[in-house]
Amino acid sequence: MTIEYLGLDSISGPLVMLEGVQDAAYDEIVEFTVDRTKRKLGRIIEVYEDKAIIQVFESTADMSLENTHTRLTGRSLELPVAPEILGRTFDGVGRPIDGLGEIDYVTKRDVNGDPLNPVSREYPRNFIQTGVSAIDALTTLIRGQKLPIFSGDGLPHNDLAAQIVRQANLGETSGEEFGVVFAAMGVKHDVADYFRRTFEESGVLDHVTMFLNLASDPVVERIMTPRVALTAAEYLAYDRGMHILVIMTDMTSYCEALREISSTKQEIPSRKGYPGYLYSDLATLYERAGIVAGKPGSVTQIPILTMPNDDITHPIPDLTGYITEGQIVLDRDLQGKTIYPPINILPSLSRLMKDGIGEGYTREDHQSVANQLFASYSRVNEVRSLASVIGEDDLAPTDKKYLAFGREFEQHFIGQEKDENRTILETLEHGWELLRMLPREELDRIDTQLLDKYYNHTREGDLIG
Amino acid sequence: MKQLGTIYGINGPVVYIKGKTMFRMSEMVYVGKNRLIGEVISLDNDRTTIQVYEETSGMKPGEPVYSTGQQMSVTLGPGILNNIFDGIERPLKEIEKQAGQYITKGVQVESLDTEKKWPVRLLVEEGQEVIGGTIIAEVQETKTILHKSMIPPHIEGRVVEVAADGEYTVEEPLVKIQQLDDTVVEVALAQKWPIRIPRPVHNRYESSVPLITGQRVVDTLFPIAKGGTAAIPGGFGTGKTMMQHQVAKYSDADIIVYIGCGERGNEMTEVLEDFSKLEDPKSGNSLMERTTLIANTSNMPVAAREASIYTGITLAEYYRDMGYDVAIMADSTSRWAEALRELSGRLEEMPAEEGFPAYLASRIATFYERAGLMQNLNGTEGSVSIIGAVSPQGGDFSEPVTQNTKRFVRCFWGLDKQLANERHYPAVSWLDSYSQYVDDLSAWYRDNISPDFVNKRRQIMEILHQESSLMDVVKLIGSDVLPDDQKLIIEIARVIRLGFLQQNAFHPEDTAVPLEKQEKMMEVILYLYRRSKALVQMGMPMSLLLRNDIFSRIVSIKYDVPNDQLDALDQYKEDIDRFYNQLIDTNA
Repeated sequence: MTIEYLGLDSISGPLVMLEGVQDAAYDEIVEFTVDRTKRKLGRIIEVYEDKAIIQVFESTADMSLENTHTRLTGRSLELPVAPEILGRTFDGVGRPIDGLGEIDYVTKRDVNGDPLNPVSREYPRNFIQTGVSAIDALTTLIRGQKLPIFSGDGLPHNDLAAQIVRQANLGETSGEEFGVVFAAMGVKHDVADYFRRTFEESGVLDHVTMFLNLASDPVVERIMTPRVALTAAEYLAYDRGMHILVIMTDMTSYCEALREISSTKQEIPSRKGYPGYLYSDLATLYERAGIVAGKPGSVTQIPILTMPNDDITHPIPDLTGYITEGQIVLDRDLQGKTIYPPINILPSLSRLMKDGIGEGYTREDHQSVANQLFASYSRVNEVRSLASVIGEDDLAPTDKKYLAFGREFEQHFIGQEKDENRTILETLEHGWELLRMLPREELDRIDTQLLDKYYNHTREGDLIG
Repeated sequence: MKQLGTIYGINGPVVYIKGKTMFRMSEMVYVGKNRLIGEVISLDNDRTTIQVYEETSGMKPGEPVYSTGQQMSVTLGPGILNNIFDGIERPLKEIEKQAGQYITKGVQVESLDTEKKWPVRLLVEEGQEVIGGTIIAEVQETKTILHKSMIPPHIEGRVVEVAADGEYTVEEPLVKIQQLDDTVVEVALAQKWPIRIPRPVHNRYESSVPLITGQRVVDTLFPIAKGGTAAIPGGFGTGKTMMQHQVAKYSDADIIVYIGCGERGNEMTEVLEDFSKLEDPKSGNSLMERTTLIANTSNMPVAAREASIYTGITLAEYYRDMGYDVAIMADSTSRWAEALRELSGRLEEMPAEEGFPAYLASRIATFYERAGLMQNLNGTEGSVSIIGAVSPQGGDFSEPVTQNTKRFVRCFWGLDKQLANERHYPAVSWLDSYSQYVDDLSAWYRDNISPDFVNKRRQIMEILHQESSLMDVVKLIGSDVLPDDQKLIIEIARVIRLGFLQQNAFHPEDTAVPLEKQEKMMEVILYLYRRSKALVQMGMPMSLLLRNDIFSRIVSIKYDVPNDQLDALDQYKEDIDRFYNQLIDTNA
């Protein structure tokens, strides 16, 4: 594999074409040397007989048709991994950028990762307590789940993600090791700094591996960043037996990078100019969350994406929602009411919740309380729109109770402090306090037995308002 | 296996061979030195195009392409049930044994276990004339299902040799048949059939028997017939998959083919775990004993996703030919359509609506047309029902896949985002959904459930539609100003929505409900309506009626009355009478 090709046949955006190559493989990594000094990496994205189309990581600036040497590596992109990657910081394709030197690697892993055989998966069932009521009670996070945060520009998704990292007891209780893999794609410097500071302050920095492709870094590398990060996560989870939480932000930048490259390749676009394979491509990332049967570790994903123009039907949140196991949706109205975290519970959902809560996991009444809170809050919205037409004074007495319930629910159940860490039992008890504001016959999602046990049971000092 | 070409170009799952080749259209081929499975999808003088069913990374131009001479086929025989396959019928448990937890490329596995010996009972004699479809042998495939081995369609002749009853592998010949042209063929338990060609039948019947699912909103309001087609469209989080699971678990089909097409890996794991544990209400054995799973999860190769739908339906048709009622769950057909779009894009075909290829509609049509209640070649009767989930982009039903599907299915169970937000499950909208089978099935309901069933269904639908138009008014001016008879409609509709339409999949009694109970529940609700209406017409205000707990008691009938003690329901009518008389006594 030492043949070097001198020169290129065309350069267009991040793509270069090389003719007269032999033995080039689809998806292979190539190394360029520009002016005999500067090294760049690239990936073959199409091959025809002796012609290869190569996507260059970093930029193609300075490359000319004459000054570039190209060498085929015969491999896909690989990430050197070792237990020492915890506590380190890498760039978007896995090169150390923290000045601590190269990784003394144990093994190298293909970053593309093969699909996990559904037969080899273990269905996730373990509840992760995040200390955030809206999540724990209503969109429960399960170990091994992929649960994205759908947000918008200016909403506190980073604060929420950081709070989850700080408060989630991923393994401490059982004495198992946990770790965080953080992948930044096209985010601003201050966002990366914010996360680093948060990890530092909560004393977990030596359990965090960071992969940073910032807004100013090359777009092509952005395509590889989540893959590299997930490869590290899988190594730590399945080879080292750790429980890994992967934060990926911002998926919107990732998808835009994909669109940019697709359009330079002159592919036929589907919705909003995104390539037709956006769904399959996102799936190869999100589906890497999970638990492998017979192995101790797990990979839990919290991808963050900003919905362009807060539009949940935009292709990025839409396709993401079809792949992930639920979503946590942040809402600008709640943000306007200064409620933190501004989680709009109605479109939020956790698909794995049903099997990870209830007796033996959280408490027997969890599912019923959650259903009732959803139903009652949904009713609140109806009453509100009615009140905006006929005025609050003319509402029926029950409807007025709903309004009070809605206010209290938003302010004190969804709303909490950024450092407030509630246990699930506190959260459920709080839920019952709110439900007691409504007449018992309005609670149609809870069966009689549970109502008897919890609705009438009040301890002194438990009542609010 | 002959080499008929060498790779010229590679673009994702699409591989080109330059120049004119001897490959046939739709032929199954092995591509590259890893021998990845592929299919020829276009031929011309300049190049041959092949779609590859596995990941092509690492493949190089110049590698060989081998011909098999056969169309893309599946192997049919015992061992299909209680098993999980990928999109081209490779058993995932075998792949795990060979390749470990990840599906690596180029794994060579047989579709069916070729070493396992099955106890076979032969049913034909020497000298007997047989035709395609004639049942020649029986094998107890699983505890629940008796597998009937048949002469492949297109073979016809006289049996010249029969093996003795005993244990055979799927490949050992059982009978020899002298065909009409005097050639002799051997027939074993396993046989092949091309996935894109429907298995032939004798005759197609009109649908007349419902596929009973135990889900009230389906069985009562929008029923599907055995051999029918239904689509479940809904945005993410509206409960498509949940609903497919419920139907797969509790429907009265003999066999379930569950196709996880481009969906989540954990969902397939869940089905596999759940169905192995759950008991089949009909036989008492585990549900997996009557189920086969086809899994092409969203991160598995996209070309195999396109094939998975055809693989699934071919397996279903095979069991139909034995005389079974088969139901297919396809979750989700949108991922299949998107796979078509992705491949079409790679082939640089001219796109039609939203980038989908122009042949989208005809592909959807040919798929759903393979459903039906049939008289098979061997004279038995069997059916294939298709229930396909549709995942419309942005939850918008006007997109091409939903619209084209709507044209070819007769049952439309539209899932509503608003209902899902309220956690009203199953979130089937009673305003958007429809079933064109109601008329076909009314005779069955009349003869088997109650002469009045269809009439009661109509009344329930009427109340729901009246409520919907009243709610438009309520949203503007509140419910207080409505006259009492309209308030009653709203209240009864509430009872119907909460007590009848809403069904709790996690409640042991409520998760599946027999038709008899559904009928009686309707009866009680309508009886409450008639009695209350009489009271309201006497001038009693709704607020007075609502003071009685009879309304909320009827809502919880679904939990309080066990499915096997339907007599308890008559008690409720007496309670309604008491409520009626009491109000008359105290207020008249």
